[in-house]
Amino acid sequence: MTAADPGRRTWVEHVMGLPVSVTVRGPAARGTRANQLVQGLYAELRRVDRVFSTYRADSEVNLVRSGALARELASSEMREVLALCAQARALTGGCFDAELPRPDGRRLLDPSGLVKGWAVERAAGALTSLAGHDWLVNAGGDVLGHAEHGPAWRVAVEDPRRRDGIVAVLPLREGAVATSGAAARGQHLVDPRTGEAASGQVLSATVMGPSLTWADVLATAAYVEGAAALVRLDALPSYELLLVLPDGELQATARAAARLRSAFGPEPSPGTGHDVGPRPGRAPGAVPPRPLPVQMPVSS
Amino acid sequence: MRRILLAFLTTVAAVIGLFSYRTSTSHPLGVATTSAATSAGPGAGTSTSSSRVTPVTGSRTVTGRVRQTRWGPVQVQITVSHGRITQAHTLLVPNENANDAEINNYAVPVLVSETLQAQSANIDSVSGATFTSQGYIGSLQDALDQAGL
Repeated sequence: MTAADPGRRTWVEHVMGLPVSVTVRGPAARGTRANQLVQGLYAELRRVDRVFSTYRADSEVNLVRSGALARELASSEMREVLALCAQARALTGGCFDAELPRPDGRRLLDPSGLVKGWAVERAAGALTSLAGHDWLVNAGGDVLGHAEHGPAWRVAVEDPRRRDGIVAVLPLREGAVATSGAAARGQHLVDPRTGEAASGQVLSATVMGPSLTWADVLATAAYVEGAAALVRLDALPSYELLLVLPDGELQATARAAARLRSAFGPEPSPGTGHDVGPRPGRAPGAVPPRPLPVQMPVSS
Repeated sequence: MRRILLAFLTTVAAVIGLFSYRTSTSHPLGVATTSAATSAGPGAGTSTSSSRVTPVTGSRTVTGRVRQTRWGPVQVQITVSHGRITQAHTLLVPNENANDAEINNYAVPVLVSETLQAQSANIDSVSGATFTSQGYIGSLQDALDQAGL
């Protein structure tokens, strides 16, 4: 490898079945302390995986799922996650639900969709102690970043129709970008309200906001809900939504549209051939939701 | 701070070409470790221009680590010229034990750049629907990460 930028370093490890990339930017990015903090981040993710992985026979989540461990007796982290899942179900009108209906009528507990963003957000707290530095974490397409000392991070939104294509670039100063869709996994998200595959009304949903836990939940719910999610997200003060529709058209909440225009400047980019000037979305016939509760901060 | 610039294409020029790598004892694929011209292998996709990498003056080639996948060892290679990614390849390192039929069915995405009509984007990360570790290899995010290691 040729000489690298002394003020920047990237680490990549695979945890929770996902590639997790961490980038640190600043004078001591390649120093020992930065490396220690990042290694600590990965160690924390591996620890959480042992608790919440549904693929490990001895994980706590499997004990709770099977009923071998009563929820009230589970660890504080498990109870915290289950409480957040209940809030997420209420916030999204059931479009996000950690208890998925099965064909036999029973419900299967799987909090993985919430655990992913929650675990990364908590583990990334280690990076905040690196004063004077900026950082960016990408866990399987979930992005969390802090850009206080240098330029805002530029986060591309993947084109759900083709690998390595991008449809938009979002400037990220502080907070999260999470995207939900069927593309990369090759399997379809289930609509918890019906128990069947989500309708595919949108190809992908991207949410930006202060918390990765909630951005992830809201993106998942928006993918399931489709264009009606634009109304729901418009009512949340600090979260923004960008949808990619089947024909490649983009629709976004008003703040997301403004952010996209700021990233591209006055001229929409013609490069990809898409309409990159999103209009605020209107879900036809949708009734505006009641005012939604204030976002519960994730305790760090 | 050095930035990774990414050029992407209009729909007229193909953004992504696909090629199938065919193992054959008579056509071994050389693994490039320098910026000398390398071939992406026989059977390059029909929508791409020549698969040969021509080094641009002032360019350097960044070659990532060899990773093991179920198709054999894989290596990401990008060419950076004046801060812009001009070539990106996922190379399959020849593996004598590889099953020919299986490899023939495996299409490796290749990002090809075109300097004319290109819109440059200056990006640090990619947000997408969950990439698994397997899907990550050879992806755009992988290329960005490799350049920062």
